[in-house]
Amino acid sequence: MRNPLSDTIVNIPPSGIRRFFDIVSEMDGAISLGVGEPDFDTPWPIRDAGIESLKKGRTFYTSNAGLKDLKIEICKYINRRFQVAYDFRNEVMVTVGGSEAIDIALRAMLDPGDEVLIPQPSYVSYVPCTVLAGGVPVTIQLEEKDRFRLTKEKLLEKITPKTKILILPFPNNPTGSIMEKEDLEAIAEVIREHDLYVISDEIYCELTYSGKHATIAACPGMRERTVLINGFSKSYAMTGWRLGYACAPEIILKQMLKIHQFAIMCAPTTSQYAAIEALREGDADVARMRESYDQRRRFLVKSLRDMGFDCYEPQGAFYVFPSIKRFGMTSDEFALRLLEEEKVAVVPGTAFGDCGEGYLRISYAYSLRDLKRALARIERFVARLDGKEQ
Amino acid sequence: MREKILAIIEKNSRIDLADLAAMLGESEAAVANEIADMEQENIICGYHTLINWEKTGDEKVVALIEVKVTPQRDQGFDSLAERIYQYSEVESVYLMSGAYDLTVILEGKTLREVAQFVSNKLAPLDSVLSTATHFVLKKYKDHGTIMCDRHEDERMLITP
Repeated sequence: MRNPLSDTIVNIPPSGIRRFFDIVSEMDGAISLGVGEPDFDTPWPIRDAGIESLKKGRTFYTSNAGLKDLKIEICKYINRRFQVAYDFRNEVMVTVGGSEAIDIALRAMLDPGDEVLIPQPSYVSYVPCTVLAGGVPVTIQLEEKDRFRLTKEKLLEKITPKTKILILPFPNNPTGSIMEKEDLEAIAEVIREHDLYVISDEIYCELTYSGKHATIAACPGMRERTVLINGFSKSYAMTGWRLGYACAPEIILKQMLKIHQFAIMCAPTTSQYAAIEALREGDADVARMRESYDQRRRFLVKSLRDMGFDCYEPQGAFYVFPSIKRFGMTSDEFALRLLEEEKVAVVPGTAFGDCGEGYLRISYAYSLRDLKRALARIERFVARLDGKEQ
Repeated sequence: MREKILAIIEKNSRIDLADLAAMLGESEAAVANEIADMEQENIICGYHTLINWEKTGDEKVVALIEVKVTPQRDQGFDSLAERIYQYSEVESVYLMSGAYDLTVILEGKTLREVAQFVSNKLAPLDSVLSTATHFVLKKYKDHGTIMCDRHEDERMLITP
């Protein structure tokens, strides 16, 4: 029998998270600080809007790009929050989560051999999606000394004549770092000079605590070079609704829409109706959840530092990314032993790129009670490592 | 800082001072002082426990009574409200806008006990014109907390 599989896909390693997930799932009574999604339920008015749309029988396909009202609300929101104006008619499309938008943006823009700059540590899909689109991923290793921000120097180092796209994953999963206006202006200058494009994944844009998220699309001359990707999962606690969107100049969006049209047809209709409500009435809920994350962030950073972790203070998303270098173990070893000995699951930094070695990603999308329960076990583990038997 | 302290302890008055201080990024002493001041100023009036009595063996009857009254010269509703809220079985007393004047929430052991309070103590008060008593059949949500069983964390243990 012939090999049924594509070499390209077989050669892509499975996500490091997946491997760890399989180990955790086998274990009874494990408690996890390993999730990448909010612990809040979707705010009720948003859920209610989804239910209402079902009651009214709104169960058909929408147009490929999404409901007109939703596209209008998205453009209003982006303009209101980040001062970039998009035309709802031909510069925005609704996707199945931010993930789909990342995939189709890369597919719409890459020719074989084009290089994509991917700062790491970062979300797990950029490298494989680049490979699937025929591009060549080139990683940029972000460092704690730069507060895990992308600097002009680091960017320039990796640019070649084949470079076409920079992925900008901020606020960042897993480091919690953000890029502010001044940081972005330095990057934008390089992008313009080298005639590059940016795919800016801003899914955590509403979750910043100290410092203010800005979009590179707002920098002079950058709107026509940027695909801005966002969604409802993190800001509105709507992960399971699978709804994201992309804003881009018409020339790019039109081709993205072509892929979406053939591969997906349209994003889920119920979710689109719920999302309209989220954008119209959701601000107070977003603020409430942000405040709660911020409190847990402070609590977690302080607790980890008190235990002796060297812990960078994250400004966004809902992760802390403490260093474990002083324990003389790899991230994998640390995470595995913590799981086996104390049944606490955290994600090794290496799941987000090789340069995540020496770090762990700990999520604070958990109640204070859950955090405290897990922290007590981590503290016991660390005390043992430090030879202070408890 | 006050507003944030209140928002947190309104939901969880048993939170550790150290945790509260860490969450707010303040020192424990500063938070403790602020709380002591607010207790002093009667901004914080008490710390209570939200109990789902249905799950205990105790029988309890809760009634909400609408009271119409004639306001008294010079004193408005305040002195009558005081005469009502002094009773220990009275849980809450609110002055209302609209069709009636006072809401009185009452807790008793039995239906008869509540009925007797209304007929013997509340209704005979001079300025009370009429009362309408509603018994609470089931509490779904109280003090912002849903009383039925909390639902489990259904998220996968590890996600990217």
